[in-house]
Amino acid sequence: MASVTHSFMKLFRGSSTIPGQPARSASTSQRLTRRSSGLGAVSRTMQSEEPICVLDIGSTSATNIRYLTERGHKIYSEDLLEASADPALIMKDEQGQPILDSRRFLADNLVYPAAQFDIVLCWNLADYMHESLVKPVVARLWSTIKPGGMLLAFFHTHEAGPDAPCYRYHIVDNDILEMQHVEARRDLRRGPTGILHTSIEKSFRLQRVFNNRHVENLFRDFGSIKFFLTRDNIREVLVVR
Amino acid sequence: MDMAKTGEFAHLGKSVVIKGELSGSEDLYIDGKVEGTIQLQGNNLTIGPNGHVHADVNAKGLVVQGKLEGNIRASDRVEMQKSAVILGDIVTQRIAIEDGAYFKGKVEIQRESAKPNTAATKPEPQVEARSAAAGGTVVTKQ
Repeated sequence: MASVTHSFMKLFRGSSTIPGQPARSASTSQRLTRRSSGLGAVSRTMQSEEPICVLDIGSTSATNIRYLTERGHKIYSEDLLEASADPALIMKDEQGQPILDSRRFLADNLVYPAAQFDIVLCWNLADYMHESLVKPVVARLWSTIKPGGMLLAFFHTHEAGPDAPCYRYHIVDNDILEMQHVEARRDLRRGPTGILHTSIEKSFRLQRVFNNRHVENLFRDFGSIKFFLTRDNIREVLVVR
Repeated sequence: MDMAKTGEFAHLGKSVVIKGELSGSEDLYIDGKVEGTIQLQGNNLTIGPNGHVHADVNAKGLVVQGKLEGNIRASDRVEMQKSAVILGDIVTQRIAIEDGAYFKGKVEIQRESAKPNTAATKPEPQVEARSAAAGGTVVTKQ
């Protein structure tokens, strides 16, 4: 029975809200604090006096922008999870299953010169992004990172459960993060006249749980990988190109 | 940011569509559609909730409530309110971002060079994070 449950948690896809689950707090401003060893490792580079280039592919975070620009660094912000929710990306694969058009996605997103970034903050993107985009995005990220540059990513463990909430991450200190629950997301789409339209949709759902081997395979093109285990069902992964 | 009183700035309503170079020597409020470039050195620009600007912007201060696609150079301050959608690079001295704003691009803080005979201390580059859910209360401020 335990193994069936385990397999179910591993293979769930887009399940609906479980009846009887207590309603979550409606506040999007409530933040939880957690210590991050992965961030601590990356912060040594952020503390350098030489200006560095950082790419943050989580939700727009004024806190992160402030933290990095205060230190004289440049920050590029691009909410890839929100960009991946564009309905125009939906297409069918050979079996008729819906997938997302990774070529179109990468034509509009992560368009940077090669080897530009010293640090990429990936946060929990891989856990919540549609499967058809994950590997192409990681490959693109590899090309945008300088040799010796770092990428920090978070992955849920199996114990997290299928309803693990999607959080935004804000850097408040060298190794301290604030986590803010994403209750809703902005759906951005461009109309036929080129005008951007927005609507508010439900938050993102956990798409999968990576095991360590999956994570190593995902980042196989990187030079080194380091895992930081935490108590809150999150694995922090630091990879170096 | 200093804002002109109502009636002391030019106002483009939501039905107005302009294509080309927009320039001026007064504050400007845009709630319509502008495509091209906007040159307002020394003056402030506000993009209203219905505004859709597809232009590079050069102004003193910028407040965005609507949509802006283009690069921004603001000599004083950029403020993104919770309904803002900005696609483009920003070079400014200070930036304030409300929770809920969407931004895709680069942020580069450039301090204004020190002016001679300035009695007050030069302010540090400021970035403000605001919580819209808290009614616009400043959460952190430098």
